[in-house]
Amino acid sequence: MSEKPKVAFYWCSSCGGCEEAVVDLAEQILDVVAAVDIVFWPVALDFKKADVEAMEDGSILAAFVNGAIRTTEQEEMAHLLRRKAKVLVAFGSCAHMGGIPALGNLWDRDAIFKAVYLENPSTENPEGTLPSVKTRLNGQYLTLPGFYDTVRALDQVTTVDYYIPGCAPTPNVIADAVQTLLSGDLPPVGTVLTPDISLCEDCPRLESKPQDLSLESFKRPHEVLIDEETCLLAQGLLCMGPATRAGCGSLCINGNMPCTGCFGPTSKVHDQGGKYLSAIASMLSALEDDDIDAALDSIPDPIGTFYRYGLASSLLRRRKTTSVDA
Amino acid sequence: MSEPMAVPQEAEGWEPRIVAFFCNWCTYLAADLAGTSRMKYAPNARVIRVMCSGRIDPQFVMQALAGGADGVLIGGCHFGDCHYQSGNHKAARRFRLLKRVLLDMGIEEERIRLEWISAAEADKLRDVMTEMVEQLQALGPLQLEVPNEEFSEVGELAEVTA
Repeated sequence: MSEKPKVAFYWCSSCGGCEEAVVDLAEQILDVVAAVDIVFWPVALDFKKADVEAMEDGSILAAFVNGAIRTTEQEEMAHLLRRKAKVLVAFGSCAHMGGIPALGNLWDRDAIFKAVYLENPSTENPEGTLPSVKTRLNGQYLTLPGFYDTVRALDQVTTVDYYIPGCAPTPNVIADAVQTLLSGDLPPVGTVLTPDISLCEDCPRLESKPQDLSLESFKRPHEVLIDEETCLLAQGLLCMGPATRAGCGSLCINGNMPCTGCFGPTSKVHDQGGKYLSAIASMLSALEDDDIDAALDSIPDPIGTFYRYGLASSLLRRRKTTSVDA
Repeated sequence: MSEPMAVPQEAEGWEPRIVAFFCNWCTYLAADLAGTSRMKYAPNARVIRVMCSGRIDPQFVMQALAGGADGVLIGGCHFGDCHYQSGNHKAARRFRLLKRVLLDMGIEEERIRLEWISAAEADKLRDVMTEMVEQLQALGPLQLEVPNEEFSEVGELAEVTA
């Protein structure tokens, strides 16, 4: 009876949106459940780590891991699932590229602990207690996972076979990826399971994108009335379409909001933020230094904009460690 | 990581490594002229010739820094002199935006530099190069690699929980 392929889901440093995405498959999830045995899924099923450890190595067909790697526990689970699964899939932006949690790479553990546990206005912690890996209390030990200074993408911790991008991955992307994996006709290892073209090429507003864009400055969505037909870049909005992989079905664009880049870059790009930076700097019309600086002031948070999902997997990976002032 | 990292011992004999992207039509020729004029300047730069400063993708600069360069120097034509009309203006815009990103990433301002150096300005090239090497020597190595983090306590936990 239990000859169906086994799959596992796990979450690391993530918001839970990727788990929602699986549930968002709606009726299609019944097809998935009919085709596979889910042997591990902490958010939904009561299997324990020991159950996974008891399995034979390589006995799981595919493990879908979402979330970035921030703690020692997450790293350990990534290694465990890597061992037990034939195919390890980085599921969602955080596992793929570090995601939103990787913006924490602009700080380090000490700075984060200080902000969260000591200085946050809503925090009451008169004794200044900070999380520690091992605490002795009444002769007993309390333990917590170690918290790394640097957030990593899944493939910076262990080898990853495939990537399903997105924050969160859309139902179509998930269903297609699962189909591909079950078909047995596997693409080359390392493939991101969405089309390898930029979102602009797939965009319903492509025709209204001028050949040469010339912008005086950039606008933020709340500053303008956004036309529903015209290319968002042409309207001065920082749309990440040119530096982002297609496959999402232009969800944000159809919602009249600019792309924020969650599907990551195409295979030709090493650093999504660097590529996008290059593209939008080219679009500005300013020629002289002062005018350029004035135009660039319209981008209040360059790293949060260009590297919203990809700081961990960017070329520089984190803020330089030697000059972090907590 | 809370304490600043000590300058490594090898700093004694350490020399800054600079990756220099020079435009084919001006700064590269200035470097050529400096050579044929037998000017002496710091030998720390590995020069990469590009057809135009506008060809320099910010990823090149990041790759250089991530790959071990301590500084990146970009040389292009003065405004008005670009062989392709406006490539240097484009380079200026990219550079200024890139610099904002790199500053936020904790990379010191002096480590990346954009200079307009015409084919005749060999002396300017020499001065820029010498000054940049001095500045980098004062800053020390860039050391961008992400350090390995270990928790000695985690290893002990196996005993604690057993």
